[in-house]
Amino acid sequence: MILDVILFYGAAIVALASGLFVIAQRSPINSAFSLIVTMCSLAVMFAMLGSGFIAVLQVVVYAGAIMVLFLFVIMLLNTKQDEGDRGGGIGRAAMALGIILALQSMVVVWKGAETLPANQRVTTSADVARGLFSSPRFLYAFEATSILILSAMVGAIVVARKEKGK
Amino acid sequence: MEMLLSPANKEMGIDALIALIKVAVIFGALLVLFSLMTLIERRVLAFMQFRRGPNRVGWFGILQPAADGIKLFFKEEVMPEGAHKFLFFAAPVVAIITAYVALAVVPYGGPLVLPFYGQVSVLGRPLDIQIASLDVGVLFIFAVTSLGVYGIVLAGYASNNKYALLGGLRSSAQMFSYELALGMSWVSVIMAAGSFRLTDIVATTEQWGIWPWMILQSPAFIIYMIAACAEVNRTPFDLAESETELVAGFHLEYSSMKFALLQMAEYINMITVCALASNMFLGGWLSPLPGLLPNSPLWFFAKMLFLLFVFIWVRATVPRFRYDQLMRFGWKRLIPAVAIWVVFYSGLTAGFGERKSPPTTMAARVVAAPGVSR
Repeated sequence: MILDVILFYGAAIVALASGLFVIAQRSPINSAFSLIVTMCSLAVMFAMLGSGFIAVLQVVVYAGAIMVLFLFVIMLLNTKQDEGDRGGGIGRAAMALGIILALQSMVVVWKGAETLPANQRVTTSADVARGLFSSPRFLYAFEATSILILSAMVGAIVVARKEKGK
Repeated sequence: MEMLLSPANKEMGIDALIALIKVAVIFGALLVLFSLMTLIERRVLAFMQFRRGPNRVGWFGILQPAADGIKLFFKEEVMPEGAHKFLFFAAPVVAIITAYVALAVVPYGGPLVLPFYGQVSVLGRPLDIQIASLDVGVLFIFAVTSLGVYGIVLAGYASNNKYALLGGLRSSAQMFSYELALGMSWVSVIMAAGSFRLTDIVATTEQWGIWPWMILQSPAFIIYMIAACAEVNRTPFDLAESETELVAGFHLEYSSMKFALLQMAEYINMITVCALASNMFLGGWLSPLPGLLPNSPLWFFAKMLFLLFVFIWVRATVPRFRYDQLMRFGWKRLIPAVAIWVVFYSGLTAGFGERKSPPTTMAARVVAAPGVSR
């Protein structure tokens, strides 16, 4: 089982490091690339839990389809770096909201960890559907993820929008 | 130390070791096949165009790939000015890794059975010629090849060159468009097999008989080959590197071994799609004359090589699409065609097919069935 341990910590370190890079990088293309690495290392973890189906979906849907589109948009707009504009009052409000959401999701993870055994196998698509929609706890996490992706898309539009007179 | 040598660890270590050896062997075999492919492609193209092709180095030019390799090794590495250094380096690496990883789940033959010896086994484990038999095999290949597009996109972006960027963008748009048709062409096969596992698909082919399978799945096969051709950026779909308008597209700024890696990824991808087609649509290692000739991995290779030949043949025959034609063909012809096929096939299955049991029992039933060699 020592191999499992090595693989797990390897994937965990890569996931955390690349996750940090996503928000620490200045250039959007580096952030997007880091996010792809995060998703792939999450897929490794799903595969190690015996959920090959979810692992593959993670790669197909997120790393394969969604991130390609994001990269595509970033490349077409050729935004090299953000100008360091932190957005004033809205920026501070967003930061506060972010901290609240982060704390909330920590609570969700904490509560979830008590009840869901890590080795519960989720392999078929029917299992996935049941897991997602039959219990409100996972539904909340699922919807929260959707909001996260939506906010990323809004962000991309804001970055892409040409300001008047420029 | 005690914990390290527990029986579970030992078992796992042996499995890992066998897998590593398999990886090394298959990696080497693919390197050889890749270098031969470059030669075969040039020779076959030359033959079809009434030329001679490379025939100076060694017997029939057999050493030409080695000569090319040595030449590329000693070429100067050029880093274009203003290039994104890390991504410029990462792009060929991503391309080659995704190309190779996809081949890990392709079965090259059933369990290895030698004449006069029987089933070959290593340390009590029956040896089959496949690195990993995944439950989600086909989906895994789909996932990994969809990551392969990053190699091209990044190469185009990181070069800081208009032509390269255009090549990368064209190529990624093309790959999304044709990925849809590619994925949907698998649906009828997966529906018939009731499993994503490639060995299960071949086992289903054996149950059906290889000829009924090939005839019934032939519409899906044709659509697959067209979409696969676009997916690996081969003529008539090689808009990504159309020399006449984009100089060379996404790999314009690449030189020396980085260029070699990008080329290699392209050829390995071509081998992957042909290996997959051989397993899914043509029965893999099953003999085309069941009863007369035995099943053997050689059949798998023969079918794969034939499909590779078809790709070269098409390249010598068909001119390149214009970009708007490419998009129109992909979205307005190919995807509707494959959608109609999927609905039609579902109707056939609902009307005449037997009820499928779930995949896990499917595998068990195939193993238990008499006279089925896997």
